[in-house]
Amino acid sequence: MVAILEVKKVSKSYRQLDGESTLAIDEISFRVEKGEFVSLVGPSGCGKTTLLMCIAGLNPPSTGGLVVKDVEVHGPPSNLVLVFQEFNKSLFAWRSILGNVLFGLEAREKRSQDAQGEARRLIKLVGLEGFERHYPWELSGGMQQRVAIARALAYGPEILLMDEPFGSVDALTRLELEDTLLKIWEDLGTTILLVTHDIEEAIYLSDRIYVVSRRPSRILQTIDVDLSRPRHQITTRADAKFMELRNEIYRQISQ
Amino acid sequence: MKWNRESKLNGLVVLMAAAGIWESVSRLGLMNPLFFPPMSKILSMFFYLISSGEILYQVLVSLKRAAAGYFLAALLFIPLGVAMGIFQWLHRSLEIIIETLRPIPPPVVVPVAMLFFGLGDGMKIFVIFISCAWPILLNTFDGVRSIDRVLVYTARTFGLSHGRSIIKVILPAASPQIMTGLRISLGITLILVVISEMVGSSDGIGYFILDSQRRLKVTQMYAGMLTLALLGYALNQIFFLFHSRALAWHEGLMKRNR
Amino acid sequence: MRVFSRINLPGLLSFLALLFLWEISARSSQVIQSYFPPVSEIIRSLLSLIFSREVVAHLLATLGRFLTGYLLSALIAVSLGILLGHFRFAYALFEVLIEFLRPMPSVAMIPVAILLLGIGNAMIVAVTLYACTWPILINTIDGVRNIEPTLIDTGRTFGLGRWKILKEIILPAAMPYIVTGLRISLAIALILVTTSEMVVGGSGLGFFILDEERSLSTTNMYAGIVIVAVLGYGLNRLFLFFEGKAMAWHRGATARGLL
Repeated sequence: MVAILEVKKVSKSYRQLDGESTLAIDEISFRVEKGEFVSLVGPSGCGKTTLLMCIAGLNPPSTGGLVVKDVEVHGPPSNLVLVFQEFNKSLFAWRSILGNVLFGLEAREKRSQDAQGEARRLIKLVGLEGFERHYPWELSGGMQQRVAIARALAYGPEILLMDEPFGSVDALTRLELEDTLLKIWEDLGTTILLVTHDIEEAIYLSDRIYVVSRRPSRILQTIDVDLSRPRHQITTRADAKFMELRNEIYRQISQ
Repeated sequence: MKWNRESKLNGLVVLMAAAGIWESVSRLGLMNPLFFPPMSKILSMFFYLISSGEILYQVLVSLKRAAAGYFLAALLFIPLGVAMGIFQWLHRSLEIIIETLRPIPPPVVVPVAMLFFGLGDGMKIFVIFISCAWPILLNTFDGVRSIDRVLVYTARTFGLSHGRSIIKVILPAASPQIMTGLRISLGITLILVVISEMVGSSDGIGYFILDSQRRLKVTQMYAGMLTLALLGYALNQIFFLFHSRALAWHEGLMKRNR
Repeated sequence: MRVFSRINLPGLLSFLALLFLWEISARSSQVIQSYFPPVSEIIRSLLSLIFSREVVAHLLATLGRFLTGYLLSALIAVSLGILLGHFRFAYALFEVLIEFLRPMPSVAMIPVAILLLGIGNAMIVAVTLYACTWPILINTIDGVRNIEPTLIDTGRTFGLGRWKILKEIILPAAMPYIVTGLRISLAIALILVTTSEMVVGGSGLGFFILDEERSLSTTNMYAGIVIVAVLGYGLNRLFLFFEGKAMAWHRGATARGLL
C-alpha cells in the first residue's frame, strides 16, 4: 500500500512565559494510507490538536518531518484541508451556506463551469438541502458542522483532517453526523484522519486507531479495527469485538 | 412596523407644531423678529434659494470637498489599519506617533492646512482627511486584531495566499468595525467641512451660513442651516441604507446572540 | 513600575526618528523650514510661550469656556435625559426634534450664537453647551429606557420614594450610558471651543493658533497646537480619573440597591 501521509518522529515543544520549554509531542511517527479512515484517540488536553496543526502545515513541528504524497510539508499542503472543532468561528458569518461551500471551490481557483451545481450537490450530500440561502448563525451547531464539512469537501482534498469535529454537539446529533461522515467517506473515497477523545466514536468510524498518551504525547498502541462495513449504530456497537476494543483502548488511556 | 409608522406620523405633527409655535412667537413679537424671522419666511427663502440654484451650488461645493477628504481617508487608512492589525511590529512602531497626534482637536488642523494649501479646496480636503483618520484607522485596526485565530487558520488551510485571505476573510470579518469607523467619520466630515469653510473660504454651505449672519441676512442664514440639517439627515440615511444592505448578516448575527 | 516593563521601544524609536527627520530636513531647506520649522525651534518657543502672560491668558480663556460649557451641558443634558427617558409622552414629543436637530453639525450654530449673543464668552459657552448636550442627552435617554423594569419594581417593593428610586436606582443603572455620552462630549467641547475662537477671534488658544498662522509665525503656531493637544490629553486623563471614581460609586450603589 502507498502511504499518502507520513509522520516521521515529529516533536513539538513550547517555550513558556518563564522561558522554560515544555514538550507537547514526543517523537510521534505513524502513517496513513490512501483511502483509509484513521483516528487518533487520547485524553483531552494531550497534544492531538497540536499534532493536527503540524500536519495541516499551520504550526511547524520543532523536530521531525511530515510527508504528504511524497512531498515534505512546509506550510499548508494543497491536497489537504482541516476541519476545526470550533465550526462557529471557522464558518464565514457573512456568507450564506451556499456561499460558504462555494468558498471551498473559489479557494481552489479552478474555474468550474458549474460551481453552483457542485456546491449544491455537496450541500445535499451533507443533508442540508433547502438551507442554501440561510446564514450559518441561523443553523444549529450540528448543521453548522455539516456546512464546514461540505466546504472542506468543495476544496476537493485528498486528505481530510478533522479536529474533534463533533465535540461541541449533543449526543444524538453526534451519532447522525458520524453516519453522514461515513457515507461521505464511502462515496468520495477521501482519506480521513480524525482526532477525538471519544473512544467509541473512533472505533465506530475507523479502520485503524492510534492511541495517544497524555503530555508529552506518544503513540501507545496501534489498533486495527476489523469490524465489518457498512457499520451500523446499533449492531456495530453491540458487537462483542467492539466492546473488546473499547475496553482495550480505555485500559491504555487510563494507565 | 405599524407602531413605527404611527410614531413617524406623530413626529410630523410635532415638527409642524414646533414650526407653528416659532411662527406665532415671531409674528406676535414675543421674541425679536429680527433674530427669529417667521418660519414661513425662512421656508419661502429656502425654496427661493433652491429654485435659484444658489443653495444647490453651495451644497455641491461642500459635498465635493467632503467626499474627497472622506474617501481619501478611507482609501489610505483602511489598508493601514489592516496592516497594523496583521503586523504587530507595525502597530508597535506607529503606536506612539498616533497617540501623540490623536489628542489634537481637529479644528486646529485648519491653520496648518491653510499654511500648506492656502484657502483652496486642498485645505478643506486635508483637514477632513486628517480628522477622519483616527476613527477609521483605529476601528479597522481593532476589527482586524480581534479576528479569531480559527478564522485565520481556516483561510490558510484552504491554501489562500496572504493577499486573497485579506480580501476574502480578513476584510469581511472586520467589516462591522470598519463600518463603525466610517460612520463616526461621516459625522466628523460634515462638522469639519463646515468649520473649514467658516474659517477660511469664500464658498460652501459653511461659508454661506456665516456670511449670511455677517451681512445680517438672518432669514437666509436660517435657510442655510435648514439645508445643512437636511443634508446631514440625508447623508445619515444613505449610510444607514448602505450599512443595512452590506451588513445584513451582522445585524442578524447580533440579534441572534442577544 | 509596570510602565517600564511595557515601554514600547520600536514605537519610541520611530517617534524619535520622525522628529529627527523633521529636524534635519527643516535645517537643510529654507522651503521646508517655512512649513515645518525645526522641532528644536518649536520646543524653544513652546518653553518661552508657556511662561508668557499672553499664552497663559489664552489657555485660561479656553479652559474656562470649555469647563463652563461642558459642565453646564452635563448638568442640563443628564437631567433632561432622565426626564425624557422616564416619561414616554415627553419622549414621544421630543423624539422628532432630537432626530431633526442632531444630524445638523453643531458648528452651524456658531452664526446664530453670534447673532443672539454677540462676540464673547457667552456665545462660545452657548455653542459648546449646545453641541455637548446631544451625545449626553441621547445616551442618558437610552440608559434610562434600558433599565430593567424589575429593578424599579424592586425599589418600589422596598418602599423607596420617587426621589430615592431616582438616586439609588435610575441614576446608577443609567450611569454607564451617561459616562459614554460624557466621554464623547469631552472631545466635542474642545472642538467647539477652538472653532468658535477661530471664527470670532480675540482670545483663546484657537484664536492664538490661527493668528500665529496668519502672521506667519509658524513656530508659534505649532507650539500652540502642542499646547492644545496637551490640554486635550490632560482633560481626557482627568475624565478617566473621575470615571473610575464614578463607576466605583455606581457599583457600590447598585450593590446597595439590590441588597
